[in-house]
Amino acid sequence: MDNSLFCSLVQLGDDCLVLGQRLCEWCGRAPTIEVDLSLSNLALDMIGQATLLLDYAGEVEGSGRNADRLAFHRDAEQFRNALLVEQPNGDFARTIVRHFLYATYAEALFEQLSHSRDDRLAEIAAKTVKELRYHAEYSADWIVRLGDGTADSRSRILDGLEWHWRFIDDLFHDDESWIDCAERGIVPLRQALRTDFEQAVGAVLAKAGLVMPEKVRGVEGGRGGRHSEHLSMMLAIMQVLPRAHPAATW
Amino acid sequence: MRPVNAANEVGAQIAKALSQVPDPEIPAVSIVELGIVREIGLKDGLSWVSITPTYTGCPATDVIRQNVRVALDQAGLEAVEIRTVLTPPWSTEMITLEGREKLLRYGIAPPEPASGQAACPRCGSRNTMEISRFGSTPCKALWQCIECREPFDRFKCH
Repeated sequence: MDNSLFCSLVQLGDDCLVLGQRLCEWCGRAPTIEVDLSLSNLALDMIGQATLLLDYAGEVEGSGRNADRLAFHRDAEQFRNALLVEQPNGDFARTIVRHFLYATYAEALFEQLSHSRDDRLAEIAAKTVKELRYHAEYSADWIVRLGDGTADSRSRILDGLEWHWRFIDDLFHDDESWIDCAERGIVPLRQALRTDFEQAVGAVLAKAGLVMPEKVRGVEGGRGGRHSEHLSMMLAIMQVLPRAHPAATW
Repeated sequence: MRPVNAANEVGAQIAKALSQVPDPEIPAVSIVELGIVREIGLKDGLSWVSITPTYTGCPATDVIRQNVRVALDQAGLEAVEIRTVLTPPWSTEMITLEGREKLLRYGIAPPEPASGQAACPRCGSRNTMEISRFGSTPCKALWQCIECREPFDRFKCH
């Protein structure tokens, strides 16, 4: 088995899966029906992306696990998602900031991945990046609308930024498997994407009349399976049914 | 769709069966008109149909696969294999002209890459605005006509 490729695919797939599940938590609870539909649509895209990536990871691993098996039968410490995507939804502004940071990062990443030397990953990325463009635009629109809105909406966006900014180092962390895949032309180094990311984020914040957050001491560990307690709480809900009835099919 | 061997009798039968499969979410158009059917292939006695998802998480994808299976079986084409392909990724340019006209008649503004402003499918006015970038299905955005006040779905362009 190509362990580095497996680990890298799990990192990519877990980001999509965990954030997709978080967004699903908004279903039926969003402030307006348009927002409810939008967040559900974002969630749907991400679950679809996770399925493609984790099914491929399962094939690379070669021991019979598919996307469902990987999603529902692993414990929190076996997940390799970034800490950013597992953060609780908070209010709508906090959700939007989380999505804006992820989508801005992911759009650049999947654009590069669509030129991967690994054909299957390139194929999945080419499909995914088209969806991510909508995610990045959608969340950037809301950042501007809320950041440049009322005093209340502006302070909520600032709170969201303050909450999430400490997880950016973790989002861009390249672990050994990832570096190995980067050396083989399968993935780009995340660090190499960071300057562009900060420029893109800064440009949207400027439009909203906001400035980039100060550099903070980052919290890391997601790619190594060291997660906050929020992930296991989320997985408990996500996994309870398939774990109670492991032989059930849809 | 690339009807490679549509001149061939089996290819023509497959094409005919597929043209009668509606999209489950937009029944006014067929999956062929939406550009979901990618290829009808025949080689060494094997025949297959390849289909492509419009969006990675589109819940209609599995339903479409089932409906294609049923349509092929009913046409006596049980041996035809169904394959799923991702490349080239589906784009709204793959919707046929006829498909676009049917969307419009159904009340959905078809994708127009050249124009930022959608035309209202009810009154034709371009004095319209986007309400939400995401609509009732992943492929649509929600718009409203400022002239006739009607809300309408617009096929997202990508």
